[in-house]
Amino acid sequence: MEKLIEVKDLRIEFASGKKIVKAVNGVSFSLEKGKTIGLVGETGAGKTTTALGIMNLVPAPAGRIRGGEVLFKGEDLLTKTQQEMRQTRGNRISMIFQDPMTSLNPVFTVGDQIAEGLHLHTKLSALEATVKAQDMMERVGIPAARYNEYPHQFSGGMKQRVIIAIALACSPELLIADEPTTALDVTIQAQVLDMMRNIRNKLNTSMIMITHDLGVVKEICDQVAVMYAGQIIESGSLKQIYKNPQHPYTEGLFKSLPKINENTERLIPIKGIMPDPTNLPEGCSFASRCPIADKSCVNIRQLSKEIEKGHFIRCMKRS
Amino acid sequence: MQELVRVENLKKYFKTPLGMLHAVDDVSFSIKQNTTLGVVGESGCGKSTLGRTALHLLKSTDGKIFFEGKDVTNVNKRQLRQLRRNMQIIFQDPFSSLNPRMCVKDIIIEPLKIYKVCKSKGELEDKAVELMSTVGLSTRLALSYPHELDGGRRQRIGVARALALNPKFIICDEPVSALDVSIQAQILNLMQDLQKERDLTYLFITHNLSVVKHISDEILVMYLGKVIEYAKTEDLFARPLHPYTQALLSAIPVPDYDYVQKRVLLKGEISSPIEPQKCCRFAGRCPAAQEICFKQEPKMVDMGIRHLTACHFAGQVNLL
Repeated sequence: MEKLIEVKDLRIEFASGKKIVKAVNGVSFSLEKGKTIGLVGETGAGKTTTALGIMNLVPAPAGRIRGGEVLFKGEDLLTKTQQEMRQTRGNRISMIFQDPMTSLNPVFTVGDQIAEGLHLHTKLSALEATVKAQDMMERVGIPAARYNEYPHQFSGGMKQRVIIAIALACSPELLIADEPTTALDVTIQAQVLDMMRNIRNKLNTSMIMITHDLGVVKEICDQVAVMYAGQIIESGSLKQIYKNPQHPYTEGLFKSLPKINENTERLIPIKGIMPDPTNLPEGCSFASRCPIADKSCVNIRQLSKEIEKGHFIRCMKRS
Repeated sequence: MQELVRVENLKKYFKTPLGMLHAVDDVSFSIKQNTTLGVVGESGCGKSTLGRTALHLLKSTDGKIFFEGKDVTNVNKRQLRQLRRNMQIIFQDPFSSLNPRMCVKDIIIEPLKIYKVCKSKGELEDKAVELMSTVGLSTRLALSYPHELDGGRRQRIGVARALALNPKFIICDEPVSALDVSIQAQILNLMQDLQKERDLTYLFITHNLSVVKHISDEILVMYLGKVIEYAKTEDLFARPLHPYTQALLSAIPVPDYDYVQKRVLLKGEISSPIEPQKCCRFAGRCPAAQEICFKQEPKMVDMGIRHLTACHFAGQVNLL
């Protein structure tokens, strides 16, 4: 299978006063056409920053990409000018942001907002774009008759559908979804995930799904990459990560969740908190919270090693 | 076990330009001492309003609230002040529920100052140290300000503040929703330990069904201001009776590779709580709805040992 996107050793920093926040520290992964990868991790793990890096949207001047490559069909997106990127964003790569309440423009009708990308990126006439936008609305489960309504007339779940319609209007090859269902209730989340799955399968879109919810990942992803302190600490197929998690952090994440399908008397939390991104340790950034770490973990840089085909971890104790 | 809190036919309506908004409509429950009642439901179902009304933070429209067997529905200001010592609340957002201009120690001892519990400054200091160690906060943080701390530690401050007056009853309004899972587990464990040690009674409001299953003895499922199912935790998860509960349980994404789930996808979204019609409020979205559901409001019926549900076809519907 051909690789649609390949991220190699991506590094992103933010300047914060005199300190430097190391948000993304050498993230590498690749994704084949039609597949979905889940980027999981807790607040501050660098998931969203990685996505912004791929889109070349890291807010300057505070933030800057320090190194790495983002190869999209072999072309490095990081070497492109902003003007060239504008041809790509919304057309070949789209992004869905977390909060459906604030990512729509309140003074334009939802139909016009869906058609906007079509006007910019395709040669369709105004009428054709309207028809296409209406078609997109139907696909995401909104009656086309609501074309001329404004965002405030829609509920949260419906707004998120509008955003998905905008993102998919130009049939992008890659869709980056940043916590697309986090703000929604579970029954609505189930509807939206179901719809996203159907559309993805129909259009053969590749997806990068950013979430902190391991349940959502299981619903929609083929591959999983677990992020911690700006690094991917474990990656593999859905089955490898869920059936055989190897990194102590991944294990800890699964253990700390209350289970709906079994009874647990007491949860097993991960002790401590994530290290300060302005002051990351030389070695393993999880060492201070890790139950199996020893002195050497703190000092030695952890490299990503393949422990079975396609299953990588960054832990010298387990590889 | 003794009953600590009982609420009977509690109603809370809000006036809106379009009519009365029925936020909490005819809700009854009771909580035994040293147990946890979980309240679940989706946004806008009235679960937070229920908590606040039970605590007298909002004045109830109708209904009765009993605390330790006494009717406290219409207490005067002075009585309410005494009542509040025994009823505390932990809020959802540890970022906005703490005063940014007060240091950790001052936030924790504020309730003690208000109720003039401690005689001297030294006693206050001692009490602050004691509370901080109870909730697992290092005392070196006593003079830190909330913005310097992470979400988990901030929520520990919220817990310490709620415990300061040694209350009997704590309303926990989504106390772990804003936290990451590894931290969420720390706080849930802390709350369970404190419950055992201090004989606490919780009303635990959340939208997260896995959390509510883990922490509750009994569960109340709400939909549009109404209780639609009320049962022991094991019973509710083993045999959900109301079609909404069934759909809700089936919609949770379970992070287990081998777990196969039958999914009931509900159509549409929650309807308006303003001037709701006299019918089953879930009827419009219910896959099993029949004519009667749109005409008549279902009554709460007991379908076993304290397993109550409000559905015309209770026990006959199984969507799963």
